[in-house]
Amino acid sequence: MTLESKIPAGPLHEKWDRHRFDLKLVNPANRKKFEIIVVGTGLAGASAAATLAELGYNVKNFCIQDSPRRAHSIAAQGGINAAKNYANDGDSIWRLFYDTVKGGDFRAREANVYRLAQLSVNIIDQCVAQGVPFAREYGGLLDNRSFGGAQVSRTFYAKGQTGQQLLLGAYSSLMRQAANGRVTIFPRREMLDLVKVDGRARGIVVRNLVTGELESHSAHAVVLATGGYGNAYFLSTNAMSSNVTAAYRCYKKGAYFGNPCFTQIHPTCIPVHGTYQSKLTLMSESLRNDGRVWVPKEPGDKRPPEQIPESGRDYYLERKYPSFGNLVPRDVASRNAKEQCDKDKGVGETGLAVYLDFADAIARDGREAIADKYGNLFEMYEKITGEDPYVTPMRIYPAVHYTMGGLWVDYNLMTTVDGLFALGEANFSDHGANRLGASALMQGLADGYFIIPYTLGGYLAGASLPEVDASATEFRESEERIREQVDRMLSIDGRRTVTDFHKSLGRILWDECGIARDEQTLEKARADIAELRAEFWQNVKVPGDAADLNQALENAGRVADFMEFGELMVKDAIERKESCGCHFNTAYQTADHEALRDDENFCHVSAWEYTGPDTDPIHHREPLYFENVELTQRSYK
Amino acid sequence: MSSQTINLTLKVWRQNKNNPRGALETYPANNISTDMSFLEMLDVVNEELTAEGVEPIAFDHDCREGICGMCGAVVNGRAHGHMPETTLCQLHMRHFNDGDTIVIEPWRARAFPVVKDLVADSSGLDKIIQAGGYISINAGGPQDGNAIPIARDNAEKAFNAATCIGCGACVAACPNASAMLFTGAKISHLALLPQGKPEAKNRALAMVRAMDELGFGNCSNEAECEAECPKGISIREIARMNREFIKAAFS
Repeated sequence: MTLESKIPAGPLHEKWDRHRFDLKLVNPANRKKFEIIVVGTGLAGASAAATLAELGYNVKNFCIQDSPRRAHSIAAQGGINAAKNYANDGDSIWRLFYDTVKGGDFRAREANVYRLAQLSVNIIDQCVAQGVPFAREYGGLLDNRSFGGAQVSRTFYAKGQTGQQLLLGAYSSLMRQAANGRVTIFPRREMLDLVKVDGRARGIVVRNLVTGELESHSAHAVVLATGGYGNAYFLSTNAMSSNVTAAYRCYKKGAYFGNPCFTQIHPTCIPVHGTYQSKLTLMSESLRNDGRVWVPKEPGDKRPPEQIPESGRDYYLERKYPSFGNLVPRDVASRNAKEQCDKDKGVGETGLAVYLDFADAIARDGREAIADKYGNLFEMYEKITGEDPYVTPMRIYPAVHYTMGGLWVDYNLMTTVDGLFALGEANFSDHGANRLGASALMQGLADGYFIIPYTLGGYLAGASLPEVDASATEFRESEERIREQVDRMLSIDGRRTVTDFHKSLGRILWDECGIARDEQTLEKARADIAELRAEFWQNVKVPGDAADLNQALENAGRVADFMEFGELMVKDAIERKESCGCHFNTAYQTADHEALRDDENFCHVSAWEYTGPDTDPIHHREPLYFENVELTQRSYK
Repeated sequence: MSSQTINLTLKVWRQNKNNPRGALETYPANNISTDMSFLEMLDVVNEELTAEGVEPIAFDHDCREGICGMCGAVVNGRAHGHMPETTLCQLHMRHFNDGDTIVIEPWRARAFPVVKDLVADSSGLDKIIQAGGYISINAGGPQDGNAIPIARDNAEKAFNAATCIGCGACVAACPNASAMLFTGAKISHLALLPQGKPEAKNRALAMVRAMDELGFGNCSNEAECEAECPKGISIREIARMNREFIKAAFS
C-alpha cells in the first residue's frame, strides 16, 4: 500500500478552502442515520464529539476516567497560540505557519501546518463565545504572552490553567449534547480493540473498568483521540492513565504508526527526587518569559544559589542564543540543560537540575505582578518541593512531555484503515520533530472543532457502508482474543509487579532512547526491551480477578503494549540516521552541538506497518515537500 | 529541603463485591519518604500488599498535579486531608509525623455511592452540568474574540469560579452532602460573563432542580465546603447562585 497524503492542489493558502468545497456533504436529514464512535474526551475528543453531535450525527463518546472532564488536556498550563496579531507585533497566519514548521525542524507537512495556523484564529473566537475566561487587560480585551520559538506575543492564556479552561469549554458543549441525547457518554471504559468489517473500521471493543465486562460497540466510523504515549518512559508529565493501548491496537489492525521516535522532552519540570516517584510535574514554559535559566560557572560548585554571586553564574541560554534567550524551543533548552549537568554544573541534591530564577523579575515588576501571572504554578512548586520560588530559584530538569509521533493520517486525518480517524496528540501530524509551546491545545481543538466535522462527512458521503451491528462475528473474535490475554496475565502469578516492569522499561528508554541517543545505546535498548518483554510474560504478578474494578490488571495491559511499542520507538530511532528536533543522535550534530538534519535522505515521515509480535515492521516513507519555506539549519542565536 | 523517612499506621476503608458493607483494615506504611505525595505513599503500600498476595487498595487518581479532580479521599476526617487548598495528590508526607495513624475513607454522600475501596461514583456532578452548565453555541462562525470587551474585574471573578475541578470534596465535607459550591461556581462563572447572560435564568433554575433530584442536600451555611475546597472557591458563589435563582424564580 502506498501512502497517499491527499494534500489538495493549489496555492498553500487556498488548499483548505478548496478542499472543503470539494468534500462531499451529508444531507442534514441523513446525518442522524450515522453512528460515530469517538474515543477520548480531551480537547480533540470532546470538541469532535460535541461538534459532530451539533451537526446531527449520533455520537458515542468513551473515556477511561470517571468523567469526560478529567482528560489530561486539563493539565495544560501555559496557553494556546493564535495568529490574531492583537498585539500588533508583526504576527500573521504566515508567521505562525513558518514558526511551527521551523520549530518542528522541517519534518511536518506544509499544508497541514498552514491549515492549523489558519484555523487558530477561529479557535479563540469559539472559546470566548463558550465562556472560556481568558486573561484580559484592563480595557477588557484579551491579553497575550510569548512562548518559546517565537518572537511575537500570540499566546492566549487563563493564568496557568489554560488547558483546564479550554477543556471545560469543550466539555460544556459535550454535556449540552449529552443532555439532548445526541451524545452518549461511556465513562470508565478502556478501548482494547478496533473492529474492522470488510476492511473498514466499524467499531470497538471496550472493557468496562467497573464490572470488567467486555462491551462491543458498532459504528459507521471511529475517531480516535486518545492522546500520546509519553508514559512509555514511566516517568513523564502525563497523567497516570495516559497510554498507547488504543492507538497501538489500531496499529496492530493495520493503521500505520508515524514517527514513533519523536518524543518531546520538556525542559522545565520539577526534577526527579526518588525511586518511589510516580510522575513528573511540568512547570509551564510561560515561566521562561520572566524566569532566567542559570547554572554555576564552575563545575562542582555546590554552594546554595544565594551564595553564588552574579559573576559566578552562567545564564547559558542568554549567552548562547542572544536573540531568543530563555525562550528557545523546547528541544534546544532540554539539550542545553543536559549538557550543563553533564559538565558537572547541575544543581540540587542529585546534580540533575538547573535554576530557573525569578529574582530579577520580582525586583523589576514586584511580587504581586509575578503572582498574578504564575501564582498557581509557584504554589504547585512549593507543595511538591517544600521550597518557596519567590525566595529561592526553582530547580528544573527536562522530562518526557509530549509525543509528536502518532498514528499516520492523511490530510483528512484518516489513518491507513478506512473509517478510522486520529486527532490531537494521537496522530503524528503538524508538529514535525518538535512541538512549539502552546501549539498542542491549538491542534487538538482545530482537529476537533474545525477539521473532522468536514472530513468525516466527506468520508461518510463517499463510502458504501452496509449495516453492521455489534453481534457480528468480528466483534466476538475480538472479545475472545482480549479475554485470552486477560486470563493469561492473571494466571502467570510471578514475582514482579506490573509497576516494577514499567519502571524498568522507563529506565531503559530514558537512558538509551532519551534526550540524546546513538546507534550503540539504541541497539542496547532493543535487546533490553526484548528481554524485559519476555520476562514480563513469565514473571508478572497481577492480583485480583477479571470481573471487577482491577487497576493492576488495567495497567498490565498498558505496560504490555508499552513494551512492544518501545521496541518500535527504538527501531524508528535507529532507522532515522540524522538528528532533527527532539530526535538527537549524537553522531549527527553541528559544530555548536545543534541537531544536524540530513534533508537528502531523511526529509520524510516514517510510517510503520505491523507484521506480527516477533517480526520486523515494514518501513514506509512519505516524502515531505517544501515549496513555500526554505529548508535551513535552524538557528535561534 | 532534606527528606526523612517516617513510619505510619494506615486504617483504610476496604469495600468490594465480596464485602459490600465495607470495613476499615489496618496496614503498616513503613520507611515513607517525607518527599512522597500521599498517593505515592499509597502506591508503595499497594506494591507491598501485592507482593504479600493481598489485593491492592483501589483509589481514583489521574493527573497527580491537582487539576483533573479525579482523586480524593477523606483523610483523618478531612476531605483531601488537613492542608488548605490542596488536593490529595498534592498533599505531601512532610505534613505527617513519624508514628501517626491515618484513617482513609472514600467520599461519603448519598449521591456518591462507593464503587470499591476509596473509589466513589461522583457522576452526579456531570448530570448537574448537563442540566445547563454551558452556553448554547455550536462550533461555527462566532464573532471576533475581542468584539465584546469584558471588564477585567468581572473576567477575574468568572475565572476564579471556573477554577473548580469537580472533585466532589465540597459534597463530602458538607454535613448535608450539598453540591451547592460546585453548582454555584458554574452558575457564577457563566452569569458573570456577557456571553452567559441570555441563558442565565433557565440555567439557574435547571441546575438547582437537577441538584435536588440527584439527591444532593441543601445548604445550611456551615461553610465546610469552602474550608475544604482545594481551589479556594468561596461561598460567595453560593450567594450569587441564590441571587440568580431568586431572580429567575420571580421573573
